[in-house]
Amino acid sequence: MKLLSKLITVAATTFWLTSSWAATINVEDGQSIQDAVTAAAPGDTITVQPGTYKETVYIDKDNITLQGVIIEGEWANLEGESQRNDAILYSGSGITIENFKITHYKGNGIMGQAGNNYIIRNNWVIDTGVYGIFPEFGKNGLIEHNVLSGIEDAAIYVGMCDNVDVRHNEVFASVAGIEIENTRHALVENNYVHDNTGGILAFVTPGLPIKTTYDVIIRDNFVVNNNLENFAIPGSIVSFVPRGTGMIIMAADDVIIENNIITGNDNIGIAIASLDFIASVASDPDSEPNPDRIQILNNLMWDNGNNTHGDVKALALATTLSTRGPDIGNIGAGIDGCILEKDRYRSYGLGDYTRCERESTADVTTYTLAEPVPVRVIAASEKGEAAYFGICAGCHAYNARMIGPPTVSIQAMYQGRPEAIAEYIAAPIRHREDYPEMPPQNYLSDEVRLAAAKYMLQLTK
Amino acid sequence: MRSVFIHIILRFGLSLALWSGLGGVVAQASEFQLADTCPPGFLLVEPNQCELRNLYQLYPSLQNSGVGGLKSGVPDIREGFSPQQIDLGRLMFFDPLLSADSSVSCASCHHPDMGFSDGRDRSIGIENQVINRSAPSLWNVGFLRRLFWDGRASSLEEQIQGPLYDAKEMGNNPAHLLTSLNNNTHYVDLFQQAFAGSQGISLDQIYTALAAFEASLISLNSRYDQYAHGYADALSKNEIEGLNVFRSFVARCSECHTPPLFTNQEMAVIGTPDTDGMPFDTGQAAITGDASQRGSFKVPSIRNIALTAPYMHSGKFTSLRDTVEFYTLGRGHAVPEGESLNIHWHIWEPKLSDRELDQIVEFLQTLTDESLKPMTPKEVPSGLKPFGINPIEGA
Repeated sequence: MKLLSKLITVAATTFWLTSSWAATINVEDGQSIQDAVTAAAPGDTITVQPGTYKETVYIDKDNITLQGVIIEGEWANLEGESQRNDAILYSGSGITIENFKITHYKGNGIMGQAGNNYIIRNNWVIDTGVYGIFPEFGKNGLIEHNVLSGIEDAAIYVGMCDNVDVRHNEVFASVAGIEIENTRHALVENNYVHDNTGGILAFVTPGLPIKTTYDVIIRDNFVVNNNLENFAIPGSIVSFVPRGTGMIIMAADDVIIENNIITGNDNIGIAIASLDFIASVASDPDSEPNPDRIQILNNLMWDNGNNTHGDVKALALATTLSTRGPDIGNIGAGIDGCILEKDRYRSYGLGDYTRCERESTADVTTYTLAEPVPVRVIAASEKGEAAYFGICAGCHAYNARMIGPPTVSIQAMYQGRPEAIAEYIAAPIRHREDYPEMPPQNYLSDEVRLAAAKYMLQLTK
Repeated sequence: MRSVFIHIILRFGLSLALWSGLGGVVAQASEFQLADTCPPGFLLVEPNQCELRNLYQLYPSLQNSGVGGLKSGVPDIREGFSPQQIDLGRLMFFDPLLSADSSVSCASCHHPDMGFSDGRDRSIGIENQVINRSAPSLWNVGFLRRLFWDGRASSLEEQIQGPLYDAKEMGNNPAHLLTSLNNNTHYVDLFQQAFAGSQGISLDQIYTALAAFEASLISLNSRYDQYAHGYADALSKNEIEGLNVFRSFVARCSECHTPPLFTNQEMAVIGTPDTDGMPFDTGQAAITGDASQRGSFKVPSIRNIALTAPYMHSGKFTSLRDTVEFYTLGRGHAVPEGESLNIHWHIWEPKLSDRELDQIVEFLQTLTDESLKPMTPKEVPSGLKPFGINPIEGA
């Protein structure tokens, strides 16, 4: 603890919403980032000096900024040595992770599980496992200015999220560049997506607990030369992505593709498909399989399909009598698709596509929220009730003996003194011969213990 | 208005001398009294309904899916049953009268002291028949929208009819069940307490009361939960490392066993082995006829998992260590020759070390919580011995 207190330098520059002073905790090369996270309180910023950090960092608290410091090209480098699983795991909301170089982990570079209001930016992720950046179950996120390569699934994988912007990233030498999966309200713009097996994917994957992908804008991206041999893990969803694919829209709805430069993808520029595009996955009747209301606005496409193969080649031959793959191929059973200037592209399967009424998405500047997802303020009375019924009631019934004495007898002893209960239950001493000793409830915060005590004292039945 | 006395434990005012002993039928008028307060964990609200109150209900979850991370909300639970219905369900749950030959009760395979399972690889029904699958735990079952290993029921009321009427399980039929209960004066009285104004006992009332009891089995207060709510010291360093392996994208456990219930409630083909000599269990495909779902089973919640060995639908694995090791022995390694299954994409070759396997097991043991375990009734209305065949006694 001495070391930790040395690490903590109270910057006291920001007055945080929770009315506590935010601190800045500095981590030097040779020290542990996790120790700083453990010491940090919500609102704190952890700065990490250039150096090599061989650890997995997990953040199970809210409102933490984890910030690498870059000095003359030297980065804070999280190094997995091909042994460690994930570089950074977070479950809290309001997490910012920026300016890290992440190398050689086996699982993910940065993985979020259910945190809202996340920012992941300016990170450099190299040869790091399955996903480079993977927020899951999060609402309101920003992923920008990251550079990722050598990822054996998706470099940037947004899975089961709402309201996310993915912009200004460079992703290359990975199986999939950017994957938007079972996610709504996603804006993918200004990314440089090159030399992957497949460039940008907007998917529904069946068998997941959140079933839909819709309202996705993919615009102003360079999607170039995605011709890498597929090196995905056998059995993974992206293992079927054909090499040379610029974009795949599978079972996602309301996807708008605008102003992208899509060139040099040897198999196909944009593939639009239903769920049957992937074989060997158990069917999920709760996943609607078709890509509906796809809108292809103006895009610059050339030089795609020069070395087509597999199903795309067979379809190209059958439908266009060409051995070249198309700029756009629709093999999905979706409805109400549209396209501007269809005649600019070599395509098949767009017979039902009408001309789009909308010509631009310029009205949409972001899909992140104007205000952060509010952290639900839980009233003390609610906490007291939930703690009483979730915890206390396991041993105390209102007017009957269970494991502990009845609530009525506790009321008689402590009426008007909830603070005394809150204090007692943190470290109980056995008072009554006829009851077992109470286990300490010190895992509950002072606030929750007091709220439970107050709730207990006002019960009438 | 209502008595303030709580009858957590059934009052039972008759001496055994008064029992007729004929087919379990009791001659005397009932002195059973159902509880008028909710089980622990539930708040009584107007009009006489029990509603769950839990810290996890105060957290959000994306799209109200009930899945997420440490501070994500639980899905909606089946609730709103009356205290009397829940207590009646509890009595029936332990009463062997519900089986065809009065030999087994629900609790024979879902024993409260065995994690609401039975410790057996495959469960035993009437006439010592061995059924095809392992008994799933009932903890937190009120949150689930798919029931049975093959996911074939979508409500507790539907699920309850499975074991009641399966020839190998409780072997009953609706007519015989109704006759047994209607011939028991205690039950006639108790159903009137639980379902005011009804004439005679109906099947729907039986299912409702059993569902009410099952949905009251809440386990959300383990040491893991203390950690999730923000008490960092609730878990040891090794257990936290186990949690980190569990949720890492190498082991990927939490991708399907997702907090807070530790299930995403989906179906998955993972290719676990069947019991030696048994035919291949096709799981969901046998229900739907969809060949792509061959070998697909429900992702179970793994809360209280340390209490419910042996594991998997076949009960093939006797220890948690063996169970966890299954996931690192290779994709499809236990699939019988000649079977071609659509193995789930998260089943891969994570190459977990022995230490990591041990750490996952240590973490899984932090998911144990029985603080809201209901009382086993000392007597049940039939006068039969509660439980009937009891896996603990081996009878």
